[in-house]
Amino acid sequence: MASDEAEYSPLGLAGVSAKNAVEVSVPPRATSDPPWARTIILAVALGFMGLFVVLPLTAVFVEALREGVRVYLAAITDPEARSAIRLTLLVASIAVPLNVIFGLAAAWTLTRFNFRGRSLLNTLIDLPFAVSPVIAGMIFVLLFGAQGWFGEWLSDHHIKIIFATPGIVLATTFVTFPFVARELIPLMEAAGTEEELAALTLGANGWQTFLRITLPNVKWGLLYGIVICNARAMGDFGAVSVVSGHIRGLTDTMPLYVEILYNDYSFAASFAVASLLTLLALATLVAKRIIGGRVEASSMPHENESVERKAA
Amino acid sequence: MRAERRRVIPGFGLTMGYTVAYLGLFALIPLSTIFLKTAGMGWLNFWTTITSLRVLAAYQLSIGASLIGAAVNVIFGLAVAWSLVRYEFPAKGVLDAIVDIPFALPTSVAGITLTAIYAENGWVGRLLAPLGIKVAFTPLGVIVALVFIGLPFVVRTVQPVLRDLEAELEEASATLGATRSQTFRRVILPALAPALITGFALAFARALGEYGSVVFISGNMPMRTEVVPLLIMTKLEQFDYQGATAIALVMLILSFSMLLLINLQQSRSALRDGV
Repeated sequence: MASDEAEYSPLGLAGVSAKNAVEVSVPPRATSDPPWARTIILAVALGFMGLFVVLPLTAVFVEALREGVRVYLAAITDPEARSAIRLTLLVASIAVPLNVIFGLAAAWTLTRFNFRGRSLLNTLIDLPFAVSPVIAGMIFVLLFGAQGWFGEWLSDHHIKIIFATPGIVLATTFVTFPFVARELIPLMEAAGTEEELAALTLGANGWQTFLRITLPNVKWGLLYGIVICNARAMGDFGAVSVVSGHIRGLTDTMPLYVEILYNDYSFAASFAVASLLTLLALATLVAKRIIGGRVEASSMPHENESVERKAA
Repeated sequence: MRAERRRVIPGFGLTMGYTVAYLGLFALIPLSTIFLKTAGMGWLNFWTTITSLRVLAAYQLSIGASLIGAAVNVIFGLAVAWSLVRYEFPAKGVLDAIVDIPFALPTSVAGITLTAIYAENGWVGRLLAPLGIKVAFTPLGVIVALVFIGLPFVVRTVQPVLRDLEAELEEASATLGATRSQTFRRVILPALAPALITGFALAFARALGEYGSVVFISGNMPMRTEVVPLLIMTKLEQFDYQGATAIALVMLILSFSMLLLINLQQSRSALRDGV
């Protein structure tokens, strides 16, 4: 393996250093950082992460528990807090499945077929990344708000979208629709179509092929996308802020409720609810890490090579 | 004919139709409202709206603070990515995982937390106050929030490139007599440059539209600490929908050109790598 490597090395240098180790051995100080540089870089990196990530994470829980456990528990079991939690779960339970179906359809169409406008469609999936959350909320107000395109028709039929749950679902769906698709597209691209073609040749129909071949192949990637999509759906603030109307106990999701409590100077309660969202974020990262390992393991069987290379 | 033959796999009509319909309903039709609404307001009206002093001040702050925030992230993000790839230290796995916190944490939580830390009686604000440095409720606070939310972008774009950087290149440079700092400047940095630029652009684009984490720490003073998304929000709350859409249109054009630049840059470096 090592000799193969040497032959394929573009500059042939690995071979040189292996065979004539005495003559051309590379001084270690030239390929690794000197101790002082190492210390400075590590200190800068750890200091930066400490200041911008660890400190805020700690602060959330310290502030949440500042007035004691009883206040904390009272804050998160308050009826308004409970209705905010319920609404957040409801919105995510609608937006995430919608985006899962969209992600699967988009990935299938983009990776299994060649058509004109393919790269345009691929770019359009990233749209929400380029749109400020406030603008994401605003476009639905322009459509369905009282002065919006469909405003009059909706009010004639007593349908409320803006300042009600449907608007929150719409805005959340918009903000989070790329996540599942973005995760699936590279995986399905890499998996190729050979197995699917084999299944089709053996007489499977489209749905069977999808359910028995494609879905098992990308299941970890799909789960990964769902976890991230869910975290963003539950945590969205800007877009939801525009369409919710901040009606207490009715159209407040958890991130909005955090803002309301904060603006009411109920800091401990605000941070208590914020701590729940922080736990969700931490759980997301743990899940991401576990699933991420599975995605890599399942999608790259050739990866062993580079592992061997590292070991050598 | 060729296209026909390629489509052995079923489901083109269904998935394509669904994808386009979904994008149309949830993204394109809603977004088109911005263009149509501004088209209806007349050129002069549009121009006076987007060049009013308050709007210009907001653009200046948003762009300036986003640029600074992204630049800070390039420097420190490189140090973080470098440490994660090249060094061994305790709790490295944890550090690697929490790089994504700014991405996973709801922005309102980030906003109130950063404000609590940097307020004059906060953990960090208390240390800076005697030095005459105020962070919360000043433009500096806006920058702090934008550094926070842009943090994952540079680290996550640089990290894989640094990991895949071939050790042979550095060895070659060293055998040819380069010092470590020469190797860094002439070999490593050029190889990382595309990733650094992409990370910068992503962090900048995200910062430009950021609302939640900024709204608490900025204090929202018109002309001084009011960022563009906040100004749009204010206009919406005053039912000035035309004003809000005009400002939003300029923002959209800015962010779309950023996205386009990132795509161009990525396809260019992909071409160079022969992908």
